[in-house]
Amino acid sequence: MSDPATSREVRSGGWTGAVRRYAVRTLPPEKLLPDTQPAYMASWIYVFGVLTVSALVVVVATGCLLALEGPGWWHVSSVGKYVNSLHLWSVELFMFFMVIHLWGKFFMAAWRGRRAMTWMTGAVCFLASVGAAFTGYLTQQNFDSQWISGQAKDGLNAVGIGAWFNVLDFGQMLMWHIVLLPLALGGLTGLHVLLVRRRGIVPPIDATVPTPGAVEGRL
Amino acid sequence: MKPLSRRTAEPESAAFPTRPYDLLKEFTIALVVVALLTAGLAALFSSPDDKPVTLAAWSAAAPGDFTATAVAELGATSMTAQYGPPYNDTPGAGQKIGPLGLQRAAGVRIPVDTAEDFVLRPLRQAPEPAEVTAALAAWSAASTDRQQTWTAAYADALGKAPNGDPTQVAPGDYGPVPALAGRLLTLAQAGGLDGQLLAQGHFYQTDYTKPVLFLADGTYLAGLADGQHLSGDQWGMMNETGNYPGQAWLWLYTFWYQIDPFKSSTNADALIWALMAVLSLGLVLVPFIPGVRSVPRWTKVYRLIWRDHYRGQR
Ligand code: HEM
Repeated sequence: MSDPATSREVRSGGWTGAVRRYAVRTLPPEKLLPDTQPAYMASWIYVFGVLTVSALVVVVATGCLLALEGPGWWHVSSVGKYVNSLHLWSVELFMFFMVIHLWGKFFMAAWRGRRAMTWMTGAVCFLASVGAAFTGYLTQQNFDSQWISGQAKDGLNAVGIGAWFNVLDFGQMLMWHIVLLPLALGGLTGLHVLLVRRRGIVPPIDATVPTPGAVEGRL
Repeated sequence: MKPLSRRTAEPESAAFPTRPYDLLKEFTIALVVVALLTAGLAALFSSPDDKPVTLAAWSAAAPGDFTATAVAELGATSMTAQYGPPYNDTPGAGQKIGPLGLQRAAGVRIPVDTAEDFVLRPLRQAPEPAEVTAALAAWSAASTDRQQTWTAAYADALGKAPNGDPTQVAPGDYGPVPALAGRLLTLAQAGGLDGQLLAQGHFYQTDYTKPVLFLADGTYLAGLADGQHLSGDQWGMMNETGNYPGQAWLWLYTFWYQIDPFKSSTNADALIWALMAVLSLGLVLVPFIPGVRSVPRWTKVYRLIWRDHYRGQR
């Protein structure tokens, strides 16, 4: 009633407004989609993050193609078999790119400067991906699935997980493979990439911000 | 070294000189490259798809192994019968991590009674010839001791028969066991057992626990797997049939099974899972683990990655 107009504007919008203000504050558009990067970001190792995202997109897209005709399709159709091969090889590429990305970020100590959460979400992405790939192998409905599930049950049973997470239950594994783990991995990857954008690319170890004069002097 | 003060002193990346960089263009190019690479690899190498082993195929290819396994299920001496939780409550069964027995703590949540589920119920549910009805009646009328003497004697005799061939077993006091095992073999060879173990009274079914456990109790499946370099001591879990890369990222998990003390431990699975849980947590927490988080500084690989930057600083 007697609030100054400015403070009413700042607080307006209820929950929605509060969330919008938080989002814009933490990730303003120029931070979310910047068109420049720090000059020190100059190495082929940086490509592996974006290659990992790309491979994940291909993994999900080919998985969706398999889903169109259902889990039995690729055993009886040569088109299906090719789509399955696409899915398999995009996973192999995805894991390959991710592991190089992981080691790159390790040797860059890329968790410095409030980036620990970026590392941790990345590491959980890796673990979730291993689980997703594993459940994929279990739902192939071929000899590999039979054998891998028979072997893997012992490890899971030995620590009590197998009582709930039954690798011999095709239906349960298919649900984990195509619903739960992709959702978790998608969400975590989104968070991971947003965290990278929020903090910016980590500066080189022991780098100091060049003073404007020093930069000019060097040029 | 003062890692903490260094951490807080880390400069903001926004404070550094910049250069133009098109993230979305980079992503689009990467996506096209990865899609093409995938299409090429898939066209060149395809993917493995060896047919699963059915109970019908197993019993036809290796009737001796099938019969020996069925007798072990009936006499409760098979791997599954002795497994313990989550399948049954075999006293003493269940792996431990030191004093911690998580396997037993989880309890019997997927109950499997091998004699009833794998042999007796399928026989009762199938059309029963008179001698099978009589054999089933004789079996259930006998004491557990008597049942086990029969199965033990028949298992022994099967082991001595040429190729374990049930048709060449020496005569002896096996009670109704040969009739039961023989009928189960006929059912399996006709393909009926595959459906029965799966359906268990339901129409829709997605749970293959019982047929896979039964299959895995025999030696036939393991023999095929061994021929495909898939056994545990051949780094089995991470491989797949044919020459495919498989789950190469499981190398560390599989590695522990190849060495002592795990290789020879009866608690290998539990111990390796515990170890991998600790190592996984370690990976997640690398930024906070003294020593490990300083490895990048010591190895100086970063000097190579940012060589342009460091060259510019000199
Ligand atoms: C689903 C898997 C993953 C995807 C899609 C992904 C994607 C990305 C992308 C696009 C970047 C920014 C560009 C770059 O620096 O390469 C990035 C940065 C980063 N990633 Fe990942 N990543 C994944 C897994 C991991 C893993 C397993 C780790 C380590 C355990 C990790 C740690 C990091 C760190 C610390 C950064 C920040 C780098 C910096 O500030 O310079 N990521 N990630």
